[in-house]
Amino acid sequence: MNLTGKTALVTGASRGIGKAIALELARLGADVAVNFAGSEQKAKEVADEIQSMGRRSFIVQCDISDSDAVSAMVKETVEQFGRLDILVNNAGITRDNLLMRMKEQEWDDVIDTNLKGVFLCTKAVTRQMMKQRSGRIINISSVVGRIGNAGQANYTAAKAGVIGLTKASARELAPRGITVNAIAPGFIATDMTDELPAEAKEQLLTQIPLGALGETADIAASAAFLASDGAKYITGQVLGVDGGMAM
Amino acid sequence: MADVLERVTKIIVDRLGVEESQINLDAKFKEDLGADSLDVVELVMELEDEFDMEISDDDAENITTVGDAVTYINSKN
Repeated sequence: MNLTGKTALVTGASRGIGKAIALELARLGADVAVNFAGSEQKAKEVADEIQSMGRRSFIVQCDISDSDAVSAMVKETVEQFGRLDILVNNAGITRDNLLMRMKEQEWDDVIDTNLKGVFLCTKAVTRQMMKQRSGRIINISSVVGRIGNAGQANYTAAKAGVIGLTKASARELAPRGITVNAIAPGFIATDMTDELPAEAKEQLLTQIPLGALGETADIAASAAFLASDGAKYITGQVLGVDGGMAM
Repeated sequence: MADVLERVTKIIVDRLGVEESQINLDAKFKEDLGADSLDVVELVMELEDEFDMEISDDDAENITTVGDAVTYINSKN
């Protein structure tokens, strides 16, 4: 796979899955804008690593639930790179709680970032990609958006919403040469999953046919494929990368 | 006015692949010129570039005919 000459924006790229995706796209030749919300130092390290591969990279702070900030981020990316070929909507948060204990704020925060944020970023890049008559949008959903998960009503709803959004935008943008696909990672070892209660983790492990946690590299490889020429005839799909959890 | 209409006409001809003779101020993008919703969004984007202006989503929704576009552009210049 070769992404030389392509440019990408990866949200939530300072750590975890987003970081792995940003580095993999860069390794394959793409220039990558590294979005972060809070961890500026970590984002810088990712951008530095990308630059050390000889690609262009810069960091861009943005709360993706803020539409003005998202517009500014996309504008800056297009200005810096001249075009935008790949958007990876990866940024996400968790505010886990049992349904009956879940505060309205916990619900709103997760929907705002994990679902509305994907909408806002997609909307913002559409203009540029429509002009180019090409583009790849890759949304990071989750296996829980397909099969549900106790204690994650907000996260599950948002990630299921991302799947619907993926399909709607795929249909809308297909005539303009833009593909939109989702990846539904299973249980991947990251900072975010480290925060899950041990009990939840153990229970999840028993549900993974391949019997192990996934690695961020597994998701990055799928994202790179969906961004590559080999995936040009694929749109509106949900690629499960979950050790077989959802079939 | 003539200049604006000329430039708008050129964009419509290029974008929608219609004949120049089909274009008049009353022509509706969708009904008369065969544009779908996405075509209209793209037309508005091209008008923004051509005339170096920003057309808000609210304003864009009210631009349904060639005349609407010309009037809007003249009102902003």
